[in-house]
Amino acid sequence: MLKKRILIAKPGLDGHDRGAKIVARALRNAGMEVIYTGLHQTPKHIVNTAIDEDVDAIGLSVLSGAHKTVFAKVTSLLKEKGVEDLLVFGGGTIPKKDWNLLKAMGVGEIFTPGTDTQSIIDYLNNAIGK
Amino acid sequence: MDNQQNNKKHINLSGFKIKALYDPKDISQIDFDNDIGEPGQYPYTRGVYKTMYRERPWTIRQLGSLDSPALANERIRQLIDMGATGVSICFDMPTIMGRDSDDPLAEGEVGSCGGVAVDSLADMRNLLDGIALDQISVNLVSNSQSSVILAMFVAAAKEQGAALEKLSGTMQNDILKEYQAQKSFYFPPRPSMRLTIDTISFCNNFLPRFNPVSISGYHLASAGATPVQELAFTLANGFTYVEEGIKAGLSVDSFAPRLSFFFKVHNDFFENIAKYRAARRIWAKIMREKFKATDERSLRFRVHTQTSGSSLTAQQAENNIIRISLQALSATLAGTQSLHTNAFDEALSIPTPRSEQLALRTQQIIAHESGVTNTIDPLAGSYYVESLTNQMEKECNQYFKEIEGLGGVISAIEKGYFQKEISDAAFNYQQDLEQKQRIIIGLNKYVQEEDTQVELRETDPAFEKNKIKSLIDLKKSRNPDLVKNHLNKIKKVIQGSDNVMPVLIAAVEADLTLGEIIGVMREVFGEFKEESIY
Repeated sequence: MLKKRILIAKPGLDGHDRGAKIVARALRNAGMEVIYTGLHQTPKHIVNTAIDEDVDAIGLSVLSGAHKTVFAKVTSLLKEKGVEDLLVFGGGTIPKKDWNLLKAMGVGEIFTPGTDTQSIIDYLNNAIGK
Repeated sequence: MDNQQNNKKHINLSGFKIKALYDPKDISQIDFDNDIGEPGQYPYTRGVYKTMYRERPWTIRQLGSLDSPALANERIRQLIDMGATGVSICFDMPTIMGRDSDDPLAEGEVGSCGGVAVDSLADMRNLLDGIALDQISVNLVSNSQSSVILAMFVAAAKEQGAALEKLSGTMQNDILKEYQAQKSFYFPPRPSMRLTIDTISFCNNFLPRFNPVSISGYHLASAGATPVQELAFTLANGFTYVEEGIKAGLSVDSFAPRLSFFFKVHNDFFENIAKYRAARRIWAKIMREKFKATDERSLRFRVHTQTSGSSLTAQQAENNIIRISLQALSATLAGTQSLHTNAFDEALSIPTPRSEQLALRTQQIIAHESGVTNTIDPLAGSYYVESLTNQMEKECNQYFKEIEGLGGVISAIEKGYFQKEISDAAFNYQQDLEQKQRIIIGLNKYVQEEDTQVELRETDPAFEKNKIKSLIDLKKSRNPDLVKNHLNKIKKVIQGSDNVMPVLIAAVEADLTLGEIIGVMREVFGEFKEESIY
């Protein structure tokens, strides 16, 4: 089976990257191929990288409160480019009350602070390639 | 080694094995006069002032920020009314990153992270309206953009008629830790350092009561640094500012008295206390022995503290109230000069006024009810605390050697050393949590299925739009030639070696914006791109 390819992305100006880097490392240790964008990426750049790198999923890490704007942009750019088989998931300080809104945009799952990295690994193993 | 246990349960966050019992043998090497001494006396292990909290408790310095300058102003006034004696102002992500609210990169983040959006002097004016700047000490949580924020602060104070020599407060302005941990950098380290030295030198001449740099371990710890790493890296950064100041021609005692520090409280109660006691001793010793400081104030490690935001859990969020109380108690037993207590709902959202009030009251209860202010450094002489303090100092010196071997702090940043150390520590801690080597209640033990019912703060969705509109109006109201003139002047000064502050003050007084000024600096200094280490 091919290795799963995951893009971990930090959109916007927010520099809180502890969670993104821990997740990137945990996924890599679990045998996935991980590309981490680094800080301060625009939604456009993230989507282009995802397409160029032919990833299976994009994980967006947002701790600034800008999640509604960011997820909307990334998901609509993907639609615009006709990409349909790509999983988008998210992490950060994203209040539960916003989850339904994000899921309606097509976001698969949201992981908040305190999440066990194993549960993200399990989630991706289940959600990708099914 | 007989009485040490090989169980991770008894290993503190810095990785020190903790013994079941400490006794007089553990502190037999200590020379009381040289290693501990009296409070307010070299080496200041027991506290930087003679009377400490007996005369005046620590400064209760709460963050008072909300998206708009007017709302933030209202919030600051409320905090002052509730008994806060100092205020901290933090900025939203665009302001931190030197971008105006109307910058395309700022979309969705105007007023974010609980910070206030400051584009121009008009915003600073509104933010500080009616706050007596010559009486209330103001902490400006700005870093890479500090020279411009300081220019706005000075211009606003001048308009209020406040005498500059009476302004007290602190600006974070610690760019080294931005590259190491917090990541809100834009210029490469060396030009950033030049701007910092310019602000230090300007404050030397005009704002003698203002602390131009607050050397911050907090962010290192938030990114994952252990307590001993926080201690070592923060002090190493502090000594780097001293070296750079001296290199720029300042005498050590002309600016070192106003360097201050910012620490975080980790969960381990006694380890935290040892960290502060070691910090005071190391700073005093090296400032005196290596940098030949003679002014006593240069030897004093004065520190602001914040309880640990990253220790707070979204799960069973009310438990955080207890964590914050314990951390606050630890910080006061450690002899902090000022303290911010976090709000318990921070892992969920930006705090509400109610949770902020509870955080403030936590400090007041410790100060007025617990009796801890009655005597100074009550834990001195404890076999355990003194022994831990020594161990902290020893391990810290090891880190100093390692950093020196890499060519000093700036070279070590360029080599990615700190970033790697901190990223490893963060990952290891996460592994410990997941393997239940370390216990966090509600997170990996005593877990409950629950839907925490806490009230969450909502940001006003119209705010960003209104902020952008008023900024565009302001930009239109200016004479474009004048704007260009100011930008050219700034460009010329930063290409040379004159102090940048006078041209910045003139520029903000002419309503040039933060984004415009940082923009011209970016052209000259270039941008720093980090290699992502994870």
